[in-house]
Amino acid sequence: MSATLDRPLPADAVVLTVDERPRRRRLGPGPRRRFAGLLGPLLLLAAWALGSWSGFLSPQTLSPPWTVVDTAQRLIEEGRLQTNLEMSAKRALLGLLLGVTVGVVLALLAGLSRFGEAVIDGPVQMKRAIPALAIIPLLILWLGIGEQMKVITIALGVFVPIYLQTHAGLRAIESKYVELAQTVDLSRWEFLRRVIVPGALPHFLLGLRFAVTAAWLALVVVEQVNATSGIGYMMELARQYGQTDVIIVGLVVYGLLGLISDAAVRLLQRKALAWQTTMAG
Amino acid sequence: MTGALGVTDRDQLEQGGHRPLVTVEHLIRGYGPKGVLNGVDLEIERGEFVALLGPSGCGKSTLLRALAGLDAAVSGSGRIRVPGNVSVVFQDSRLLPWADLLTNVTLGQRRSARARGSEALAEVGLGGREKDWPHQLSGGEQQRAALARSLVREPELLLADEPFGALDALTRLKMHGLLRKLLAVHRPAVLLVTHDVDEAITLADRVVVLSHGRIALERRVELAADRDPSSGEFGRLRRELLAALGVRRGMAALDLPDARDPRGKASA
Repeated sequence: MSATLDRPLPADAVVLTVDERPRRRRLGPGPRRRFAGLLGPLLLLAAWALGSWSGFLSPQTLSPPWTVVDTAQRLIEEGRLQTNLEMSAKRALLGLLLGVTVGVVLALLAGLSRFGEAVIDGPVQMKRAIPALAIIPLLILWLGIGEQMKVITIALGVFVPIYLQTHAGLRAIESKYVELAQTVDLSRWEFLRRVIVPGALPHFLLGLRFAVTAAWLALVVVEQVNATSGIGYMMELARQYGQTDVIIVGLVVYGLLGLISDAAVRLLQRKALAWQTTMAG
Repeated sequence: MTGALGVTDRDQLEQGGHRPLVTVEHLIRGYGPKGVLNGVDLEIERGEFVALLGPSGCGKSTLLRALAGLDAAVSGSGRIRVPGNVSVVFQDSRLLPWADLLTNVTLGQRRSARARGSEALAEVGLGGREKDWPHQLSGGEQQRAALARSLVREPELLLADEPFGALDALTRLKMHGLLRKLLAVHRPAVLLVTHDVDEAITLADRVVVLSHGRIALERRVELAADRDPSSGEFGRLRRELLAALGVRRGMAALDLPDARDPRGKASA
């Protein structure tokens, strides 16, 4: 920047546009403001604090915010929050990994061969109509109440959105690119690497966002059924002792985990799909 | 492809040793009263530039796709012989939007071809843009990249299906110049499908008019090297080709009812 541009205009400079245009009604929502997204959560927090302080909310119904902060601090000092969080994260991650792998493999089989589609697509659509959580009783009978059951329940919730989106992505790859691949004599492997995988990636990543949400959702449920560790177990225990403050700490942790993991997937989207987003240079 | 059609050395001997690069014999595509190609015979010599002219729906793309081997699902008969190394340029650039330019240009080539890919990009005036995404290029630049992708393979036959059809008139003229320059260096045989008569005359050694699935007219272009569109010879050839395409000059060609209506003075 040159110095002349940084120098403020002289006080007597005429900077007004002489506006003789007809006035236009502004119909759009107007420009974005930074941090505007925090307004809603802050108002909610203020209402909660006000309700607790005025006695409108009894501590048995909803612990005041300051008690929740104290409780969180205590739980961290005792190490309970970390160990339970670690357990929960491990389960969610394992289930996510397993579910994503299964979902991608099935989608590739169904998307790249007519036979695979005929065999796989129907059963997956049927599975889709049954909530993952409705299968828990059966899984408990088969696998007991150990880690295996929990990870598989999560994976069952995860693989469906991964499969659906990736399969849709494979189908959406335009036939003109397949034709191009034929004219430049791509091998099957190169076709997969250069056309199929990158072409389906945007859909896969969208599926991953749904899958991450599904993983946390399934986690909450399996941890409140016969668990002996994890955030859900900690909350279930707190329910038995009537500790609303601990329950709220659990809820906040779940919320934060959801937000953070979604932000991580979105970052991944931005990095992996640079070819879509560098439009502005 | 040649093997399946039973082409042997015997054929070559029968033709007295001379064998054109491309041979199409009595090609039929799509049966029935509305067949797309109704018996097309065409030969293209090594290094020859043939322009295939015709109105929309006359079957010119079908012929090109047959030569490109992209008509697996089309019924038909006949005999086609093409060389092993064929490149295709489509009307859209068909650059993979998720691959950078160099990857696009060297698609299907060995890794060692990347240096050649850079050279080809430089040849079409896109040197130094190896890492750009296709959407960062203008329409003309994308089509130039598609040309580079075709040339990096050093094809014996270049098939181009209205490659400049989607470009504006000025860009198209520049592309004609570029193509002529590139062909002077690489010298593949070319089959250019177009509906632009001037483009055909400017670029080709021979113009073939396809009409109702048959070859209706064939003309060798024997003009001065600059192919000045304002020259009389150019104009005569243009008129002849347009007539073969069923286009007459002037208002009469529009065949509007008003044009012949004696009372419709205002519309004249």
